[in-house]
Amino acid sequence: MLLRSIKDGVRSVFRNFSLSTASILCSTITLILVAVAMVLSANVDNFTKKIEDDMTIVVFLDSKATKEEVENIKTQIENLDNIDEDEIVYKTKAEVKMEMQSESAIFNTVMGDWNDDTNPLKDTFQLKVKDIEQINKTAKEIEKMDKVSTVQYGEGIVEKMVGAFKWIERIAYGTVLALILVTIFLIINTIKLTIFSRQKEIEIMRLVGASNFVIKTPFIVEGMFLGLIGSVIPVLVVLFGYTTLYDVTKGYLFSPIIQLIKPTPFIYYTSGIIILIAMIVGMIGSARASRKYLKV
Amino acid sequence: MKFIKIQDCYKVYKNGVTATAGLNLEISKGEFVFIIGATGCGKSTLIKMLYREEKPTKGKVIVGGIDVAKLRNGKVYKLRRKLGIVFQDFKLLPKLTVYENVAFPLNSMGLKKSEVKPRVIKALELVGLKEKIRSYPKELSAGMQQRVCIARAMVNSPKLLICDEPTGNLDPETSKEIMNVLDGINKELGTTIVMVTHDKDIVNRMKKRVIMLENGVLISDELKGKYKAHEGV
Ligand SMILES: Nc1ncnc2c1ncn2[C@@H]1O[C@H](COP(=O)(O)OP(=O)(O)OP(=O)(O)O)[C@@H](O)[C@H]1O
Ligand SMILES: [Mg+2]
Repeated sequence: MLLRSIKDGVRSVFRNFSLSTASILCSTITLILVAVAMVLSANVDNFTKKIEDDMTIVVFLDSKATKEEVENIKTQIENLDNIDEDEIVYKTKAEVKMEMQSESAIFNTVMGDWNDDTNPLKDTFQLKVKDIEQINKTAKEIEKMDKVSTVQYGEGIVEKMVGAFKWIERIAYGTVLALILVTIFLIINTIKLTIFSRQKEIEIMRLVGASNFVIKTPFIVEGMFLGLIGSVIPVLVVLFGYTTLYDVTKGYLFSPIIQLIKPTPFIYYTSGIIILIAMIVGMIGSARASRKYLKV
Repeated sequence: MKFIKIQDCYKVYKNGVTATAGLNLEISKGEFVFIIGATGCGKSTLIKMLYREEKPTKGKVIVGGIDVAKLRNGKVYKLRRKLGIVFQDFKLLPKLTVYENVAFPLNSMGLKKSEVKPRVIKALELVGLKEKIRSYPKELSAGMQQRVCIARAMVNSPKLLICDEPTGNLDPETSKEIMNVLDGINKELGTTIVMVTHDKDIVNRMKKRVIMLENGVLISDELKGKYKAHEGV
């Protein structure tokens, strides 16, 4: 019985050729965009996380700051939303000096006879942010604090790029959502046509005691099949397109900091999700159509 | 407990037409009942309530122990599997052969091929059409098509056969044949038959129980009744 339903569903895809083609085309375009959005967002998430992990704000304190004033600054910094409280590192100028001395022989000799009074270095806080897009704002807030001399962070261009990518990601998601709705709409109409063309058969099925499940299944199958055909090209795009992109760019975009996710197993997960989305969109379309036009 | 029980049954359509108004009726197992009356008096509405194509607006309709009014949409198929329905316009699927048409209810119930075949053959034997198994409906005469329809209705061995003007499209001679088939089913299998008809000759010849409706109300109910025309018809 299920086999028959599947056969019926598949057959009617070919029967309503033009509308079927329209729905398939639309789901293909939608799913390609879904694929692009997914690849983009996975990569943006991946490298922003990496950048965020590396990105440090260094706060140089006024050399005349007293102990209380330093404490006060620390509390203020802790109260900032975008600062990771567990990763605040305080270093006195003596500690910074020692660190630098241990790192290089030249520094060691130059700094060797600096004492606390002649040491021109400054006490510092090293901080990590939670959201890299906000790093600029956070740095400015810290700069305004009393007894803070200067604030340094990052390379500038990287944050701007992250911000741009996040915007592209958002626009892609918006477009995808709109396109999914259009696809569902087209699938509903395709299924509606099938339902209308088989109305007599459906009426008779009902009269002779076919259950709703049996009546509905071919249409659900048809919807899922439409989505599934629509997912073929997007899946190929992901499988081969992403691998090619990765090979051509040697694994990073513009700057070595922006690293791409390795193709395997990433492309397989992504393809799986695309197929799943395709079938769910098809199912939603056909379920809506059969609820509306089958009246079962 | 009667097989069919209709109590104080009203049916008011959405457009405000009252098709039945306070019907009371009981039909026992194995009976053969004609339902007659002028056009628009509510005959089809009455039998549509028997197979839950329509729900009574008020009152009770009980068929084989199932309260039709309380039956949820999703469960209607359970009632339909217990009865067979024969229509004036046959409602056969033109692209299916006679065999496939008769097998249709069993297939849509999900029966196995090996279970379907003997039942289809038996049903076609019942109506005397076994040799037309591979024909398509359009290759058959109207009478034969109606017999296919009866075979399809009987394929699931229902206790009740509902017929809405089954001879309405047939000439008198063919009508007679169809009535013989129905009478045979009633007598040999004990199937209860409720048949709506306008055919005076059939009603008078068969001498069965005759129920007459007028404006949605039962006006006569006689065993071995005769066809009575409504005044002015
Ligand atoms: N689906 C419907 N919606 C609204 N009104 C309906 C509907 N079906 C029937 N009616 C009305 O209900 C009344 C009874 O109709 P019904 O079909 O039961 O009559 P009938 O006795 O079968 O007539 P006929 O002998 O012509 O078949 C008629 O006035 C008809 O117009
Ligand atoms: Mg009628």
